[in-house]
Amino acid sequence: MKSIAELNAIRDRKKQAIDIREGGEKKYRVVVGMATCGIAAGARPVLTTISDMVQAEKLDDVIVQQTGCIGLCQFEPIVEVFEANDKKTTYCKVDASKAKEIVEQHLKRGQAVTEFMLSAADLEKAKA
Amino acid sequence: MNEISLNILDVAENSVSAGASLCEVDVLADTESDTLTVVIKDDGKGMSEEVVKKVSDPFYTTRTTRKVGMGTSLFKMAAEVTGGKFEICSALGAGTTVTAVFGLSHIDRMPLGDISSTIHTLMVMNTGLDWVYRFKFDENEFTVDTREIKEATDGVPIDDPDVSGFIRDMLRENHKECGADNL
Ligand SMILES: Nc1ncnc2c1ncn2[C@@H]1O[C@H](COP(=O)(O)OP(=O)(O)OP(=O)(O)O)[C@@H](O)[C@H]1O
Ligand SMILES: [Mg+2]
Repeated sequence: MKSIAELNAIRDRKKQAIDIREGGEKKYRVVVGMATCGIAAGARPVLTTISDMVQAEKLDDVIVQQTGCIGLCQFEPIVEVFEANDKKTTYCKVDASKAKEIVEQHLKRGQAVTEFMLSAADLEKAKA
Repeated sequence: MNEISLNILDVAENSVSAGASLCEVDVLADTESDTLTVVIKDDGKGMSEEVVKKVSDPFYTTRTTRKVGMGTSLFKMAAEVTGGKFEICSALGAGTTVTAVFGLSHIDRMPLGDISSTIHTLMVMNTGLDWVYRFKFDENEFTVDTREIKEATDGVPIDDPDVSGFIRDMLRENHKECGADNL
């Protein structure tokens, strides 16, 4: 069993690091819809994939958050990527492998993955 | 939903929305009584008797035009199809306790699923409140309390990547050792 005593080492390491490095600027804010509709459609493995990768690859300029229902339930799981200039990219019907791709292409290389994006045509269809 | 841990994630988010400062989640499996009990208890704003009725009755819910709740009624149905029980104890200003008892060996019981991810997500994505998670499977048990974590990290936030990673690894390892993967 792991115990929280192990946190002491992390604390000591961090306390030093925080003094050196001023809280880093965030370049991307990633938001995953985690209401009932999102969760039922598979949002949790999407969120887990993204936050595990962000942590493992030390993408310090990315913050991962969750949100409730944004009213596009039929396109869930939905992942929104906000950039510092408030530019928003909406990805729909994301699964774990698409999530990985979004991290690789968008968050690491700055290239939005067009094929996973919610299109104007999709939105029109949804309204119809 | 095809995992009990997904229901837990969904229903515990209601505690966050209710402005709780503490949410306690228990997952208790007991072979002898053949039950798997989930308790989600918060000190949030609570519900009136009328809302409690609406929330736990899926038929009542579908008849209203206002969208009142899928999450809780899905959880209720999942427990009841296993010969279990479901109860919401709540009062305005007095918090809410949701209890779901599943028949452990019942054929229609969904697997517990990735409970480590659920608890990790709750703790790390909702840092505005404290969480106490208790897991017990027969004689094996462990607890994770974010208040103790905060004390140990002394100012390093819960959602710091290293602290978050530690919590995730601790949940995965301890669940595994307690046999949660077989649930
Ligand atoms: N722990 C709680 N504390 C206070 N109010 C609650 C709590 N749980 C549920 N409620 C009330 O019951 C309503 C229905 O909850 P339910 O989870 O069934 O649906 P929801 O959260 O509204 O939507 P969704 O279908 O996305 O879950 C909530 O909107 C809230 O008003
Ligand atoms: Mg809900």
